[in-house]
Amino acid sequence: MENTHYFDQLRASRVWRSIFRSGTGSSTLHRSLAIQQNVFLHLFSTKVRRRMLSFSTTWYLGTLTFGTFLLLVSTGILLMLYYHPSVPQAYADTKDLQFVVSSGLFLRNLHRWSAHAMVFLVFAHMFKVFYRGAYRPPREFNWVIGVILLLITLLLSYTGYLLPWDQLAYWAITVGSNIASAVPVFGNKIHFLLLGGNAVNANALLRFYVLHCMILPLTAIFFIAIHFWRIRKDGGLYAHASEPAAVRARVAAASLREAR
Amino acid sequence: MPDTKNNGTDDASSELNRRQFFAKLGLGSLSIAAAGTTVFAYQFLSPNVLYEPSPVVNAGKPEAYPLDSVTLDVNSGIYIIHAKEGFFSLSAVCTHLGCMTAWKPELGMIACPCHGSKFRQSGEKIEGPAPKPLPWKRMWVSDDGDLMVDRSTDVRPMQFVRV
Repeated sequence: MENTHYFDQLRASRVWRSIFRSGTGSSTLHRSLAIQQNVFLHLFSTKVRRRMLSFSTTWYLGTLTFGTFLLLVSTGILLMLYYHPSVPQAYADTKDLQFVVSSGLFLRNLHRWSAHAMVFLVFAHMFKVFYRGAYRPPREFNWVIGVILLLITLLLSYTGYLLPWDQLAYWAITVGSNIASAVPVFGNKIHFLLLGGNAVNANALLRFYVLHCMILPLTAIFFIAIHFWRIRKDGGLYAHASEPAAVRARVAAASLREAR
Repeated sequence: MPDTKNNGTDDASSELNRRQFFAKLGLGSLSIAAAGTTVFAYQFLSPNVLYEPSPVVNAGKPEAYPLDSVTLDVNSGIYIIHAKEGFFSLSAVCTHLGCMTAWKPELGMIACPCHGSKFRQSGEKIEGPAPKPLPWKRMWVSDDGDLMVDRSTDVRPMQFVRV
């Protein structure tokens, strides 16, 4: 109770009121405004059923994926402070991060394991959405956004793979970029533009660094914002039991037809 | 709607009214700008000068390569092979996905560590996913008597250099 008291005082202060527009009070209206008038939270629904926030509904897979993304952004920015994307230094900097920089090993490992976890969670999230039928109209466009986010996740993993500049990285990117040159007609051009040359070299390292640290994360944030906003616009989190009776009847009839 | 009013004054439907004209003009300029941006982006992303190693490799004196030997130069990605018929050079870059192959003396064949393609000493494929044989590279002897290889030029197989 003491805490709520101080928090209420804080919320009533002039500084707080100048930052947050929703005002004091804990009425339903105020609580709705706190969501609706916040630039980040307004992407989400102002109200959800308590049941929809329980673990069993979504297993929190989308939220966990976003959590790994935030971990990757924060650890990635810290790793950038010690990493030079140049041929003579990239590998040495990676070794320095592991053996010289304080907490460097922890941050690098956290970045690496979060990256693995994010790929796993993206797939788990998509399987959950698929098998529960949450991709069906009106949510079909958000599924498409999700597929784009899957591709961005994989491209982030792929571009990050080159940055340690070791043998594994070098040959993985050699093989991967040669797969790109199998594209009909434009294959060799794509290969050349991707690497900034004919072989994995200084230009390729720099291009992959810029893609990994700027272009792909910004694109991901752009699509994540649309993805979250579309959850609200498409009728909130999907749970079959919370769909209107008419929709449930239609889905049941469709699956019966398919079964026959 | 102003459009429908204007249509009354226009004789033929094929004629543009002012609004349609400006819309077409705007879209036209935007398309030209978009095409220009595409060309600009493509040119910007293609490096005009590459600081890559020269494709011409000096492989040294022929005496350094004994008869019936296959020598891999890892840095330049070529084999210098001294066969009974003479010298020749083979690309060491696998034709599948670009990994560096290796000569296996105990098997008498060239093998790729990535996806298991195997090649004969002459570059022909024995097995594996590689779609093409390892290409022969143009080789000649310089005025100083060194073996030279141009990695950017493929030649037909069975063109040996005799020293």
